[in-house]
Parts: sequence; C-alpha cells; structure tokens
Amino acid sequence: MKIVTVSGPPSSGKTSVIIKTIEYLKKDQLEIGVVKFDSLSTYDDEMYKKLGVKVKVGLSGNLCPDHYYMTNIEDSVKWGISEKLDMLISESAGLCNRCSPHIRDVLAICVIDNLSGINTPKKIGPMLRLADIVVITKGDIVSQAEREVFAFRAKQSSPRASIIFINGITGQGAYDLSLRLKEANDYESVIDKKLRFSMPAAVCSYCTGEIRIGEKYQTGNIKKIKL
Amino acid sequence: MAKEDLASFKLGELLAQYDYARDFFISIGINDIDSNRSLKDFAGDINQELLEDAGLNGEQLITNFLAFIDKMETLKKSSCNIVESITIIGGNDKFGQEENIKLELKVGEVISIVGPTGSGKSRLLADIECLAQRDTPTNRQILLNGEIPDMNRRFSIENKLVAQLSQNMNFVMDLSVNDFIKLHAESRMIDHVEKVVQEIVKCANELAGEKFTRDTPLTQLSGGQSRALMIADTALLSLSPIVLIDEIENAGIDRKKAIELLLKEEKLVLISTHDPVLALMGDKRLVIKNGGIHKIIVLSEQEKQYIDVLEKIDKKMLQIRSHLRNGGVIDESITR
Repeated sequence: MKIVTVSGPPSSGKTSVIIKTIEYLKKDQLEIGVVKFDSLSTYDDEMYKKLGVKVKVGLSGNLCPDHYYMTNIEDSVKWGISEKLDMLISESAGLCNRCSPHIRDVLAICVIDNLSGINTPKKIGPMLRLADIVVITKGDIVSQAEREVFAFRAKQSSPRASIIFINGITGQGAYDLSLRLKEANDYESVIDKKLRFSMPAAVCSYCTGEIRIGEKYQTGNIKKIKL
Repeated sequence: MAKEDLASFKLGELLAQYDYARDFFISIGINDIDSNRSLKDFAGDINQELLEDAGLNGEQLITNFLAFIDKMETLKKSSCNIVESITIIGGNDKFGQEENIKLELKVGEVISIVGPTGSGKSRLLADIECLAQRDTPTNRQILLNGEIPDMNRRFSIENKLVAQLSQNMNFVMDLSVNDFIKLHAESRMIDHVEKVVQEIVKCANELAGEKFTRDTPLTQLSGGQSRALMIADTALLSLSPIVLIDEIENAGIDRKKAIELLLKEEKLVLISTHDPVLALMGDKRLVIKNGGIHKIIVLSEQEKQYIDVLEKIDKKMLQIRSHLRNGGVIDESITR
C-alpha cells in the first residue's frame, strides 16, 4: 500500500488539494483511503465520503494533535491494509507550525497558501523544510509577482522539495500531484520507521491540567522569554 | 568549487562567493556566523537548542544548504532558458471526438481563446502549463521549441512557463509599490534592481489612466492601477515566456498598450475572453467547444476593418458608464 502524509497550516487548502488529486487517481481505479486528523471537529469526512473514498477521522481533543497523530499512524496503516487500499493518505494540520508528521521514506507533502503572507515560509519549521513536495494554493487571487515571490521564499526554506501550484477550486495543478503520488513508496507497516524530525517537547505542569498563572505552579520542561 | 566540497570550505569564503547564502542562515534563525569555520564543523557542534528550534539536524542543515545553493545558482542562470514556440498537438474533446490539429504558437504572437463558460478554455491553458504529454483528460501533447520537453521542467519554479493575470487577482502584500517591486526583483536575483523598479513604475503609469507614485501602498491602488502594475511587472520581471490573460476589464487601463508591452518583451500572449475587442486583438482565435479546440480562425483583413467600429462601440459604452457615474441620466443623446 502506498502511503502519503499531507500536512499544512489550518485552512491552507489540504482537503481541497487531496480531493482534487484523488479525482485523478480514481480514474486509474485505485482504492484510496484517507485518515483525517484534527483537533476539535471536522466535517471534511463528509466530503471524502461523497467522493467514494474510505475515510476515518481522529480527533485529538485535549491532547497535542501531532503527538496524537504519531500514536495513531500505525493503526491507521493497519486499517488501510485491512481495507485492501492501494493508497493511504493521512491529512493532519501542523497546528503550531513547528511540528512535522513526515516519516522518513514516506512521501511527505506540505500545503501552504499564498494568502498567508510572504514571511510564512520562514515561519514554518520542519513541516515545510523537510517535505518532498510543497503545494502552494490560492494563487488565483493574488498577483503573478506575489506568487513568484512566495514560491521563491518557499524554495529558500525547502530547497529539496518540488513545488506544485494547485487551484483547490478548479483543480488546476492537481493532475501533476497525482502523478507524483503514484510514485510513492509501498509499505505494509510503518513500525520502526522514524520521523524526519522530532516533535516539540512540552511536558510541563500545564500539560497535566494546571490552570493557575505563576512561577510556583510551573514544573517540568519550561522555557522563558529573554525580556 | 565543486558542489560536494562546499561543506568543507570556510563559511567566509562561501559567503563571499554566494552573497545570498546569508539568507539561508538568517531564515533558520542563525545570525552569528564564524567565517573561519567550515559548514561541516559549524553544523557538527552548533547549539542543539538552536537547531531544534530551527527544525533541522546537522546533517539536514548541510543537505538543505547544498540544495539551496544549487537551486539559487540554477535560478540565476535560468534567464537563458529560452522558449521560442510551443506546439499543441490535438487530443480529443469531452465526447472523444478527435481535435486533429497541430498548432504552433510563437513568442511575439497574440492568441485569443473564445468559447462559452465551461467549454474547456481553462483546461487548454492547464494543458499548456503542465506540459501535457497525452496524459491529461484531453490527451493533448505540448512541445517546446518543436521538441518533447524535459519532464523535469514540470515541477521546477525556475522554468514556470505560464504567468497568469486575471480580473480576480489582487495585491495582498502590505508594502509600497517601490518595496514590492524591489522584493520581486531580488527574488529573481537580478543585479540592476533600481533600474527595473524605475522602469516598471514608468510603464505601469503609461498603461494606467490615473498616475501613481512609488510610495503608494499597493493596497491603495485602484483596480486599473493594480492591473497596470501587474502587467508591467509581468512584462519586465517575470521569467515566464507565456502570459495568460484571463478577461481584463476595459476600465482604467490601456489594453492595446498593455499587450504591445508584453510583446515587446518577447512574450507569447494568450487571452481568454468574452470581450469582442480583446478577442480581435489576437492574430489567431481559438474557438473552444465541448472541451476541444473546435476551430482556429486567423484574423482576416475583413475582420481587421471592423476593429475600429468595435472600438468605437466600446468607447461609447465607457462614455455612458462614466456619464452615469457622474450623476448623469440617460436620454435620447445616447443614440447619437
């Protein structure tokens, strides 16, 4: 089964990009499944179902969404195998911009959008820097020059990656991405595989339910601003 | 110096040779660079906390740096990558009907594309943009300079074939015209930034009805001024040899001059439009129907004779529009 991880900041267009790409993949009679990771709620599974794609949703609730992702990816792969999928796509938001759910040797896609501002590529960490493919969306509403500057900045941040422009409404560009997805590596399991980069650590008193403000309530892994 | 050795060179030498390399370090939060050390040594014992914040380990830092230099060098050279023509080899329409055409389009030509909404104009433009090789729904094939293109082009921003311009596009950056063009020029890594800025502002002002200065914030430009600046910038700063114009409105911008400017810069201009005056600006007119190229009409002498008439009608409509805007009322004078 081919495995692809798709990540990107909230509202960057991940679901639209995946849906438009699946429309092309389905023409090859591929059985595709999506596992959507989100934090509080999502309606995207309905959109996938409409497309005739098998879909599972994982809501992290009060847990760190990306740590939640890591602890559930293996089960997701098992589900994909039991459903006899040809391709499993995981969709997750790198909510703090620092996280990267990308796994070594597993095709990794990061979706960012032109409206998020030209400094965004610099602000996003390993999710962008270590991706194999960077998809840039919402190019239809900004000027050519802004598209070029944004793509240049993305290239600076992620020089190894290919850049693909996709219009999430019309699907322009999604065909190119579908070709790349078909080249993704096959795996029966991801046990013992490694992340491309560690996730941010945060084991402090607030992780375990503390709500009071003040140094005396703070224990564990703590970092202070130099003011 | 050989690429694989770059990591062993002193950082000072690297920065001297590749002036843009500093950007790479700044973008990952590294501001202090000891110029007497090599990248390898530097990456080997760099503060772990800093690297974790940056989201790269030492090895990834080196790989990304080498890829960065490689990409930037390609970008610098890419202006010599010249496209002189594209050839569209027909595929089939939505009903499987063959298009049966082989159409060569050259830089310096203007091609208009007409057809009902949803007829497949965008698909044709997408086929050109992704250099279709009989692998898109239309089965069309696109050749560059008469040959099958190198497929690496498909995914490289350096070789982006098509620059797009449409009525829906806006400037979203919070910058002055001056800073904005400078930013674009820098991302193209050209040397004569100041000259280009001057030229673009001058050209844009020639196209726009109302003048604007370099200090104007982008977001305060009128619709016509924005469009004028986008066209001048695309003509003078975009590398893409093909410019695709999707329906530009006739208000506040001299469309004829705009197209002349693009042609002067050796572009192939494709105009997708429902507007008769724009449609007749094309040397050739592609008629799209049911997802396929239905007809190719070469602008005839007869049609040329009537361009003036169309322009007069167009001008009349503009006059009536501005008359209404200024509080006028419609009376029998519009028939004159």
